[in-house]
Amino acid sequence: MFVGAVFFPLLGASIAGLFGRWIGDKAAQAASVICMVLAAICGLTAFWQVAFGHAPQTLEILTFIDVGGFEVSWALRYDTLSAVMVGMVTLISTLIHVYSIGYMSHDPSRPRFFAYLSLFTFMMLMLVTADNLVQLFFGWEGVGLASYLLIGFWYEKESACNAAMKAFIVNRVGDLFFMLGLALTFWTFGSIEFSTIFADVQQHRDATFAGLPAYEVICVLLFLGACGKSAQLGLHTWLPDAMEGPTPVSALIHAATMVTAGVFLVARMSPVFEYAPTALAIVTVVGASTALFAATIGCVQNDIKRVIAYSTCSQLGYMFFALGVGAYQGAIFHLFTHAFFKALLFLGAGSVIHAMSDEQDIRRMGGIWKKIPFTYVVFWIGSLALAGVPFFAGYYSKDFMIEAAFAGHGWTARYAWFCGMAAAFLTAFYSWRLIILTFHGEPRADHHTMAHVHESPWVMLGPLLVLAVGAIGAGAVFAPYFIGHDWQQFWNGAIVNAPHNHIMHDAHEVPSWVPLAPTVVGLSGIALAYIMYMFAPSIPGKLASTFRGIYLFLLNKWYFDELYDAIFVRPARALARVLWQKVDAGVIDGVPNGVASLAVEAAHGAARIQTGRVASYAFTMIAGLVVFVSLLVFGAAR
Amino acid sequence: MNAAGFPLLTLLTFLPLVGAAFILTLRGDDKVVAENARWAALWTSLIVFALSLILWFRFDKADAGFQFVEQLDWLSEFGITYHVGIDGISVLFVLLSTLLTPICILSAWDAVQTRVREYMVAFLVLETMMVGMFVALDFIVFYVFFEGVLIPMFLIIGVWGGKRRVYASFKFFLYTLLGSVLMLLAILLLWYRAGTTDIPALFDHSIPPSLQTWIFLAFFASFAVKVPMWPFHTWLPDAHVEAPTAGSVILAGVLLKMGAYGFLRFSLPMLPQASADFAPFIYALSIIAVVYTSLVALAQEDMKKLIAYSSVAHMGIVTLGIFTFNVQGLSGALFTMLSHGVVASALFLCVGVLYDRVHSRDIARYGGVAKIMPAYALVFMLFSMASVALPGLAGFPGELLVIVAAWKVNAWVAFGAALGMILGAAYTLYLYKRVAFGKVTKQDLLGLFDMSPREHLVFAPLIVLAIWMGVHPQTFLSFFEASVTALVARHDAALGAARLAGM
Repeated sequence: MFVGAVFFPLLGASIAGLFGRWIGDKAAQAASVICMVLAAICGLTAFWQVAFGHAPQTLEILTFIDVGGFEVSWALRYDTLSAVMVGMVTLISTLIHVYSIGYMSHDPSRPRFFAYLSLFTFMMLMLVTADNLVQLFFGWEGVGLASYLLIGFWYEKESACNAAMKAFIVNRVGDLFFMLGLALTFWTFGSIEFSTIFADVQQHRDATFAGLPAYEVICVLLFLGACGKSAQLGLHTWLPDAMEGPTPVSALIHAATMVTAGVFLVARMSPVFEYAPTALAIVTVVGASTALFAATIGCVQNDIKRVIAYSTCSQLGYMFFALGVGAYQGAIFHLFTHAFFKALLFLGAGSVIHAMSDEQDIRRMGGIWKKIPFTYVVFWIGSLALAGVPFFAGYYSKDFMIEAAFAGHGWTARYAWFCGMAAAFLTAFYSWRLIILTFHGEPRADHHTMAHVHESPWVMLGPLLVLAVGAIGAGAVFAPYFIGHDWQQFWNGAIVNAPHNHIMHDAHEVPSWVPLAPTVVGLSGIALAYIMYMFAPSIPGKLASTFRGIYLFLLNKWYFDELYDAIFVRPARALARVLWQKVDAGVIDGVPNGVASLAVEAAHGAARIQTGRVASYAFTMIAGLVVFVSLLVFGAAR
Repeated sequence: MNAAGFPLLTLLTFLPLVGAAFILTLRGDDKVVAENARWAALWTSLIVFALSLILWFRFDKADAGFQFVEQLDWLSEFGITYHVGIDGISVLFVLLSTLLTPICILSAWDAVQTRVREYMVAFLVLETMMVGMFVALDFIVFYVFFEGVLIPMFLIIGVWGGKRRVYASFKFFLYTLLGSVLMLLAILLLWYRAGTTDIPALFDHSIPPSLQTWIFLAFFASFAVKVPMWPFHTWLPDAHVEAPTAGSVILAGVLLKMGAYGFLRFSLPMLPQASADFAPFIYALSIIAVVYTSLVALAQEDMKKLIAYSSVAHMGIVTLGIFTFNVQGLSGALFTMLSHGVVASALFLCVGVLYDRVHSRDIARYGGVAKIMPAYALVFMLFSMASVALPGLAGFPGELLVIVAAWKVNAWVAFGAALGMILGAAYTLYLYKRVAFGKVTKQDLLGLFDMSPREHLVFAPLIVLAIWMGVHPQTFLSFFEASVTALVARHDAALGAARLAGM
């Protein structure tokens, strides 16, 4: 069962991917969906047994590397943290598979699509069940690959290819730091297996690296890795572009897999992070800034998927600042509830796009709520949960994180609280801006499109229904276990709070206005959206023209892409040309080429090779070497 | 005698030569001769490969010393004997050579139509030279094979190469030969001092540090060119571009490993002090190689040149790993050498598949190939990903171990090596995007056939290896574990002794 949850998706991916051409589209699709259903059954059972039966376990499968004390195995580690993730990932992914049957029904290369989806799920499951950093890195890079393939699924589109490459390469920047963090972890602990690391945390607390506490360096490096995967400020640029993939892919990337990996990593490494206060402060500040920054951009975007994408970015920021103040359980809880309503919103958006004949620009939508009532309702549910309106799923997790930030210590926690509140307001605002522009008002699409607006088939609506139930109920049902009274029993040591960290307790002891505040700002955000887009639709236009600078700044996503293009991409390309054509072909080849061309002439008279030309070349080489080496080695040694 | 009960290594070395001699005796109509030469070469190389599998099964992984040893009198009055044997460091390279040769012969089945007989002879001779070099345990024997490799390769590039083949083959030959001349001087010096050229005997012969420096430089001149290390790398792109597909495969798969093998076999154990002194210098060159050549690869417009530059970057990881002097680094370097042997070979074969159909290596000439040749696109993707060291495929374990080992030495060195991860992804994906993705704009591409059964057969063993090496690298790592541990222990002991003497 524990093995099945992880490996059924791989089986499905292999069948659909390798044999799809022979067994046909239908069979390939069925194979991968059935495998996913089996995986979900296994995954949910595992979740039940491990999290509520309190039976964590680790399954060793195979030795991976064992070189001079560097020991790594393939193994499945099931504790509450991984069980929560396995249950959530398999469930959401199965729903997305089912939904895709309807959404992709017109696509000619369905087997490939389902193979990629299942592969994606498998990699994520390997990531969350890893019992060492290398296996985690395997899943980590694996989801990178799968996202690359899926974002570039429609590879005939130039923009899709570029977005796919961008996703992979930006992720790689984070991976570089992950790899370095892994190296330092090994040299600090002598192992990269979680059980050994966590057991020895107290022992190595005084270890230093280059004069800095080793734990701080490890945690900052790993966090930088997490920033790449989880699209935090600075490395977030790939996420909005990832919209180039088919919509179910976006749902998978944003809800269940990939972007949650960074949050998971920090929670997984919580025993070490607990003793790295500076690193936690950095996590808090980056997370809080991302939460606010992404929310500001979300307010002006016009692509339905892009708005939701920025909201993911912003919600991930929330999770990170919760991690930063030490409320790891709260972050994972938000990850869990977020998975439901974000998948719901994305698949709902997919349903809208499907209805509107592949239109994604909300300026060309409107007035369709009567025609697609089911989608409209689930969109409301998703938005209510996202905005943290009481008793929907997001309310429990989001409120808890904001309370934790309030209860946290130091200016970073204050800053996080402030950003969290501001972002809560903006979240509610852009969510209802999206609803109103998409569904209400005068139809802005042409007649042809409007005539075709239709509700999606049941194979798409079914998953939406399940997700909607989750978006309503997941918070209330699970809050007592994740963050409420029974949290210690539930987590069973899978997440460690150091003895000095009382945040799980303190977060419940805040002044009574604090839990109310996010609801109030959320509702006022909704109200503002109604005023601006429903009742007085002329205001937004006026605002945009009055504050043109700010508007453009937001619309162009704070010019991050342009900035990176100017300081990384272009210089790298220019440098590449210079190095190749000037240095390589000019300088390095210049010297021997003189000799080489002589040699080519000499090919007609071989005798000349033996008379001094060779010797002079050899002499040049040696002389150069000696000078170079003596400068470098003996100069450096002194 | 040895574990096999018969002179296995000698047989492996010279059997291809017998096959080559047989092919030379073929007479008759050109077409018939070509066909017979192909089959004869294939069977010879397959038999050699099957024989070499004995090494895989019978090699004692716990033994750090030389196995399957054979020693015969040759020029004993000069202290030179015919001495062959393998240890954990060389065994897998013998297998790599014997595996790649039949693959090469099979890949050239239709691609080579002129002078087929001579082509096959050249490849069999090349196999003799490669195997002989890896099994040699006498410096003179080693030198003969080490240089001998140049001759068939020179012919392969010069006769069956592209437009600028003469330029490329001479550049290749002179570059590599010149370094070797210095190595010969160093060998003579060693022989003069020790009275023997027997390699295991020379391991126990200690050399004063000042002399070590000079011998190291002489070896360096030879090996650095072969690796190739920056800035001695410019012969490689030219050689690759002009070489026929199979030539590129052997060049990338085996010939590039000879330099790194030399460092491991000779420089480290015989010259511990000089190796340690020069390590920072090697780090600098390796990091420059990784970053610089990755950037240059980004600008390439020729598929083969791009992969050639990426080879230089991978070899930078190898040299870096070797000079970290710890178990992880050396194992990682060896593993990277093997994985690069598989992956780069496969990538050159991938280029070959397209070249055979369109006769162009120009990246801009392609686009949208994934649409027309889905099976090919999958294979190409697999090896591209292996090349960017995606975990689960062959490239990753080696790179991981080297970066971990490099961190022990210096965090910035590790950072430099890890930069290759980003740049490697950039140039590889950029290549893949331009070749396989996008709309098909060149109409003539629409008529391309996907891979033929013969091509599937060529790739199959490499695909198995690429996945096997990625999922269970321990199979391969366990071969060199004992030898590497012994090598590191000896190196540390030698440095420790030198430090004590210096006090």
